[in-house]
Amino acid sequence: MPYLARRTGQALIVLAIAFTATFVLLQALPGDAILIKFESPELGLSPEQIADIRASYGADVPAWQQFLHTISGFVVGDFGYSVQYGTPVHELIGTALPETLVLAGLGFVVAVVLAVALAFLSTLAPFGWLRQGLRALPGVFVSVPVFWLGIVLIQVFSFQLRLVPVIGADPVQGLILPVLTLAVPISAPLAQILARSIDEVQLSPFVAVVRAKGASPARVLWRDVARNATLPAITIAGVLIGELIGGAVVTETVFGRAGIGRLTEQAVANQDVAVLQAIVVLAALVFVVVNLAVDLVYPVLDPRLKRKAVAA
Amino acid sequence: MTATAPLLSIEHLDVGYRTRDGVRPVVHDVSLDVQPGEVVALVGESGSGKTTTSSAVLGLLPEGGRALGGAIRLSGTDIAGWSDRRLESVRGARIGYIPQDPVSSLNPVRPIGVQLAETFRIHGRGDRRSIRGRVLELLERVGLDDPALRAKQYPHELSGGMRQRVLIANAVALSPELVIADEPTSALDVTVQRRILDLIDELRREHGTAVLLVTHDLGVAAERAERIVVMQHGRIVEQGATEAVLDAPGESYTRRLLADAPGLAEHAFRHPRPPLFLRDPGVAAAENPFVLEASGLVKEFSLGRRRPAFRAVDDVSFQVLRGTTHAIVGESGSGKTTTARIIARFAAPDAGAVSLGGADATALAGSAKREFRRRVQLVYQNPFASLDPRQTVAEIISEPLRNFGVGDRATRAATARRLIDRVALPADVAGRRPAELSGGQRQRVAIARALAPEPELVILDEAVSALDVTVQARILELLEQLQDELGLSYLFISHDLAVVARISHSVSVMRRGRIVEQGATEQVFRAPQHAYTRELLDAVPRRAAVAAVATPAPSAPAVPPAVPTGKALA
Repeated sequence: MPYLARRTGQALIVLAIAFTATFVLLQALPGDAILIKFESPELGLSPEQIADIRASYGADVPAWQQFLHTISGFVVGDFGYSVQYGTPVHELIGTALPETLVLAGLGFVVAVVLAVALAFLSTLAPFGWLRQGLRALPGVFVSVPVFWLGIVLIQVFSFQLRLVPVIGADPVQGLILPVLTLAVPISAPLAQILARSIDEVQLSPFVAVVRAKGASPARVLWRDVARNATLPAITIAGVLIGELIGGAVVTETVFGRAGIGRLTEQAVANQDVAVLQAIVVLAALVFVVVNLAVDLVYPVLDPRLKRKAVAA
Repeated sequence: MTATAPLLSIEHLDVGYRTRDGVRPVVHDVSLDVQPGEVVALVGESGSGKTTTSSAVLGLLPEGGRALGGAIRLSGTDIAGWSDRRLESVRGARIGYIPQDPVSSLNPVRPIGVQLAETFRIHGRGDRRSIRGRVLELLERVGLDDPALRAKQYPHELSGGMRQRVLIANAVALSPELVIADEPTSALDVTVQRRILDLIDELRREHGTAVLLVTHDLGVAAERAERIVVMQHGRIVEQGATEAVLDAPGESYTRRLLADAPGLAEHAFRHPRPPLFLRDPGVAAAENPFVLEASGLVKEFSLGRRRPAFRAVDDVSFQVLRGTTHAIVGESGSGKTTTARIIARFAAPDAGAVSLGGADATALAGSAKREFRRRVQLVYQNPFASLDPRQTVAEIISEPLRNFGVGDRATRAATARRLIDRVALPADVAGRRPAELSGGQRQRVAIARALAPEPELVILDEAVSALDVTVQARILELLEQLQDELGLSYLFISHDLAVVARISHSVSVMRRGRIVEQGATEQVFRAPQHAYTRELLDAVPRRAAVAAVATPAPSAPAVPPAVPTGKALA
C-alpha cells in the first residue's frame, strides 16, 4: 500500500526532526548533568578526574560527533546512559513506561467516556436548563489546572471523605484519583468538539429525512448523527495525546507516582540529557503513531474518504 | 370538491417560533385540504411559510417552532397536539417525506440499502430477509439499475438524480397515504427534474397516494398539481383548481407570480438592435461587431495515469455581438462553467483562442492580463458567498476601482453612489453590510460591483439561479435595462431554459463539452434542430395551454438580418 509507505516515511522524517531539535536545544543549555552531579565542590574531584568522567560518557568530543554517535545509537535501540542514575536509559524507561501507559491509557479511556456522555446527555437531556448546564461543564473542565485538580481531589476524596487511602492504597485504588485528574481536562475539549459537531450534524437535511421516517431522537443520535460527528472529535483526540503526555508529568509529580512523567521531571531538574533525549523521541513516536492511526481510521468511518486515501 | 372526507385537512393553523422577545408567528390561519390521491401544490416564495406549514404536518418544525392554534386532521384525527413519540408512528408509515436537496439528504456514512431498510425496521415491518427483498424491489421500482449493487453503495457514489430516486423509494416504502414533497426537484437539472416528477406521478397513481407538493416554481405546480394553494407572508392568498388559479387569478400576488414565472409567462424574444455597422456602413469597417470571439476551445482534465483525459470542453466556438446577450445553456457537467472560466482567464484552454474586442486574449500576461480583468467582469450565482461580509456595500462596489487604481477616494465614493442608484437600490444601503440585505438586493450589489470598472463584457454565471421567481424577474429586468442604456454585452451561463429564453439574443446549447446547437434564441427555441435541444425544451415544466403559446405565433417579429442564423452543429 503506497499510501501507508508514504505516511510511514513522513513519520520517520518527523521523528528525525524531533530528535535533532531536541539535541540542539539540550546542547545549547548552559551546564550539563556531569557539571551538576560531579563538579560540586563537596565531592572534591580533581579536574583530571572530571575529564575522565566526561570521556567515559562520551561528552569530551565535539557536538557533531556526539550527535552522530547518539543518533546511530537510537537507530539500533541504544539510548545511552543516564548520568544521574548511572544506568542505561532503556532500563529507566523500561521500568517507568508500563506505569505511565496504564495511567495514560486509562486516563484517555475515562476522558473519552466522560466526553461522549457529556456530549450525548447535553443533546438528549429533557430540560432546556439541564442541556445548557451540561453544555457549560466542559468550559469549566478545560480551565481547571491539572495540579490544582489533583490536590483538590486528594483533599476531598482522601482526607475529607476518606474514600481512597493516600498511604497504603492498593494499585487499583492508587490509580483512581490520578486517572480522574488526567482525564477531566482532556475530556473537556473533546466534549466541546463532539457536542458542537453533533449540533452541526443534527441540522443536516438527512437528519430531517430520518426523523420523517419515524425514528426517535435517540435513535437518530446513535445510528446517524454519532458516526458523522465522530470525525472532528477523532482529529482532536489525536492532538490531545500530546496533552496526555504533559498531563502525566504533572499528575505523577502531584501523586508521587513513578513513571515517565516523574522521570521527565527529574531529568529536567538534573539536565540528564540522555534521558530527556529518549523521552522526547518516545513522545514524538507516540504522537506520530497515534495520528497515523487516526488518519487510517478516517476512511473506515467515512466511506467518502476511501477512494482519495487509496488514490493518494 | 369531492364528497369523500379529505385525507389531510389543515384548519386555521397558526405556527410560531419562540424567540427572546416572545413568540414570533410565521404562519397565520392556514386552511387547506388534500383529498385521497390528489396532488396539491403549495406555492410561494422563500419566507412565505410553505415549508413551515408542511413541516408542521409532520410535527418536525425546527427548534423553537410549534403550532399555536388550529387543527391538522389526518383522516379526521387531529394530530396537531400529538407528542413527538406519538407522531413517530405516523411519520414514514402514513406520511412520507421527500426532501429538497438529494445531495445532503442521505446519511453519507451508511450504505443506501441500510438507510432504506431503516424505515421498515423503525416500524417493525418484516424480518431481516423480507426487508432486504423489499429494499431491492423498491430500488428497482424507482428505476435504479442493479439494485443489489446500489444497496451496497454509499450516497456519494450516486448522482443527484439517482439519490433523489432513493429518497423517493424511502418516502413510499410503507405505502403512505400522503407524501409531502418539499421542493423535490429544485436542485436538479431540467431533464432529471422531469423524470423525477414523472416517477412521483406514477407511484402516486399506483398506490393512490396523495401528494402535497411544496414548490416555489409555479411551472412545476401548473404541470403536476390538481389544485394550487398560493402562500405569501405566512398566509394563504389564493387557492383553487389549477386551471382556475392560472386562468383567472383572483389576487394581484398570484398574477405577479404568474407573470414572473419564466416558464409560464408569454414574452417576446429579444432581438439585437441593428448594430452600428448596419446603420452606417462607413463605421462598419472600423468597428468589430463582436465583443467576444471564442474559437475551438478545448479543455481536458487528467483523471490520473493510465486513464484517458476527460474532455470538459470540446471544440467550443461562439461569438458575442456587441451590446447583446449570448447565453450558454446546458445541464450540470455540460462544460458551460469551464467555458466561462476559460473566457474569464481563470483557466487556460488546451487549444483554441479567445479574443476580446478583436484582440487576441489567449496568451495575456502581466499588466495586459490585469487590464483584461478590468474589461471582463463576473457576477456569480450565490450572492451570499460572493460578497465580503465585513465590507459595507459602498466598499464592495468601489473595491474594483481601488484595485485598479481608478480615481481618488472621493470620486470612487461618488461612483459607488451612482451605481447603487443605477441598480435601483435605495441610497442608504451604501453604509450597510451584506448580511442586512435580501438575496435580490445582494445580487444587485454584485451587479453594481461588476459595472464599477466599466467592463466591456459581463459574465453572468447562473446569476439568477439562486433567486425566487419574482426577485429573478426583477433582476432580469434590471439586466435588460442596463444593457439598453449602457450598451453592455453579457455572456449568460445558465441551466434554466426559460430564463435564457427571456434574457438572451443568441444561444449556444452545450452537452458533454460540445455545442450541439447555436443561433438566435428565437430560432433555436421555436424550431430546435437538435434532439437534445428538443428534449431540454420539452422538459421545461409548463401547462399544456401555455406550451401552445411557445410554438411559432403569427405575430412574431421578423428576425433582423444581422442575427446569425440557427444551425445544428452536431
